[in-house]
Amino acid sequence: MQMHRSEKIWLILSFGMIMLFMFATGYQSFSLGMGPPSGQETIDPEKVDQTPPFNQPGIRKIGENEFEVVQTLQVFSFNPTKIEVPTGATVHFILTSKDVVHGFEVAGTNLNAMVMPGYIQKITQTFNQPGEYLVLCNEYCGAGHQFMSTTITVK
Amino acid sequence: MKSLHGNGQDAVFSKTYLMVSFIALLLGGFLGLLQALNRGGLLELPSQLNYYQSLTAHGILLVVVFMAFFTIGYFYAGLSHTLGGLLPKVRKMAWVGFGLKMIGFILVVIPILKNQASVMYTFYPPMAAAPSFYIGLTLIVVGVWMCAFGAFIQVAHWRKKNPGKHVPILAYFATAVFVLLFFASLPVAFEVIVMIIPWSFGWVDTINVMVSRTLFWAFGHTLVNIWYLTATSAWYVIVPKIIGGRRWSDLLTRVVIISLVVMNITGGFHHQIVDPGISLPIKFMHVFMSLAIGFPSLMTAYALFAVFERTARQQGGKGFIGWYKKMPWKDVRFLAPMIAMISFIPAGAGGIAQSTNQLDQVVHNTMWIVGHFHLTLGMSVAMTFFGVSYWLVPYLSKRVLTPKINKLGLIQTAMWTIGMVLMAGSMHIVGLLGAPRRTSFSTYGDHAAALGWDIYMTLVVIGAIFLIIGVILQVYNVLHMMFLAPKGETSFPIAEAQEGEVTPYWTERWGIWIVLLVIIVAMAYVVPLTSMIVHAPPGSPPFKTW
Repeated sequence: MQMHRSEKIWLILSFGMIMLFMFATGYQSFSLGMGPPSGQETIDPEKVDQTPPFNQPGIRKIGENEFEVVQTLQVFSFNPTKIEVPTGATVHFILTSKDVVHGFEVAGTNLNAMVMPGYIQKITQTFNQPGEYLVLCNEYCGAGHQFMSTTITVK
Repeated sequence: MKSLHGNGQDAVFSKTYLMVSFIALLLGGFLGLLQALNRGGLLELPSQLNYYQSLTAHGILLVVVFMAFFTIGYFYAGLSHTLGGLLPKVRKMAWVGFGLKMIGFILVVIPILKNQASVMYTFYPPMAAAPSFYIGLTLIVVGVWMCAFGAFIQVAHWRKKNPGKHVPILAYFATAVFVLLFFASLPVAFEVIVMIIPWSFGWVDTINVMVSRTLFWAFGHTLVNIWYLTATSAWYVIVPKIIGGRRWSDLLTRVVIISLVVMNITGGFHHQIVDPGISLPIKFMHVFMSLAIGFPSLMTAYALFAVFERTARQQGGKGFIGWYKKMPWKDVRFLAPMIAMISFIPAGAGGIAQSTNQLDQVVHNTMWIVGHFHLTLGMSVAMTFFGVSYWLVPYLSKRVLTPKINKLGLIQTAMWTIGMVLMAGSMHIVGLLGAPRRTSFSTYGDHAAALGWDIYMTLVVIGAIFLIIGVILQVYNVLHMMFLAPKGETSFPIAEAQEGEVTPYWTERWGIWIVLLVIIVAMAYVVPLTSMIVHAPPGSPPFKTW
């Protein structure tokens, strides 16, 4: 197979670029702990209200400016709504769905996770900037999907 | 060689497929305009046709009907032309496939119109549509299988009669496309037939949502890659002929095709990067599986632009890039696919970026993704199909492309380019700002973040207006070339291989490629699927939430 010199260079660069993306992704995932949300625990989606911790959804302080938010998603709302945390707070979100597939997204942050019935999804964020953050469902979940939102106030 | 001109029945077959394809473009295009007007806050859709019904229909009409019917019509014309006419048996199978797809399509559309299937093109359980929606989808898949097996019989027949010879390049592309269509639709067929249909009838109470979703994406992403592979066939085989040149290396072309077939199905996993229930090491392995598909596309990028430069220089083009002046920019058969190819540069780059875990987390399920597939499918693939229509339709109807239609085609290309750049560009930006996809107009209680998206949504509307003009022009041009243009001979432009090139015969060993495909799919899917089944939570009952 005859290949031009420029083609060989192009293909080596192409391969190198793909390897660079691989390396960056792996380094961030496994060395910096920045892997995408991948909650492995399961739950009976028809018994969410009776199963801890979702029998008591809410926000709980677990350390110095560190919080745990246990939240359920259901058509077309989040429970609890309107969370408030101080500036600089690290918040661990523990999420599940009581019905269909939902998405958990906080605009202006990297919080973005699928929340599926039967699975407990976990994702963490430190809020360094004060403000009122918009939380919304980003997976189509039914007729009122566009109303499914709440806020996180950081002050 | 007996060409399709000698066989009117083959032409009728392809013309019928192209007609269905462009009618779907017209309907799907208008629905797209309605959705853009809604997202721009300018139009509240009536309850008889709400945003989510319209969006479900828009996706199915364009990603499934428009592109599948074009692909099959185009490749069957190519098979007939390069392999000496379709066998009567094959033609019959393909017509049966047509009938099954039509019946299936009616079964799908009725529940959508009755608002009983507003579940989108992805129909994620535990949302449950009316059973006829899923039965219709099954018939469409079986219809596609009929066409795939027809193509295999046709190619096998030719190979038997031409031992030791390479299958002509366009038929080789067709083989690849139908192999992928068949293998990609196996997981979704299992999802729909074995899991969803019994559940939607209430014969079983619950469904495993993760398994169904994973099976869907093994299909969903491959499907759009198949349309891309179809467009690629025109870039490698047709466009060089239109500019008066020869093809790039025949061997490299076939290697690209083989790689796209073997590595494709596993790419679907990158739709599940932020899903629960899949471990980080599996997700990391899948970054490689997804990015690997980028490599043959990067080979393609080099090959195509090298062909353009070589051909332009042979025709007297000069300078480092000054040779571009020698390209036939005023020929719509070149201009449309050329812009399509150029648009694949940002489209492919965006695809590589969003396959990596952390970057995906920024854009997952936002308007960025909508911008991405309007760039890849709406621009790269659709514009290539439009460009092909300007010779394929007159070739089939035994008419010619008139200068007037060529000019309208150039205007159409301009409209489409402006519209898509505006629309997909704004979608990318507003997605980075957090605007979600698949969400009808909402200010989220006048939240400042959501209000900041409005300006981009207005640009989406302006883009959509250019696009609808493009749709109308394109459909008019197709109808003109099909029924009104002056009679005459139009050739099927297939570029020759380079002189003296000998391609090794191993490229023809499809058995090996299929075994490799199955091995790679098994490597990618056996572990996560087993874990989703073994560690499954209690299943979900059906929900109708719209």
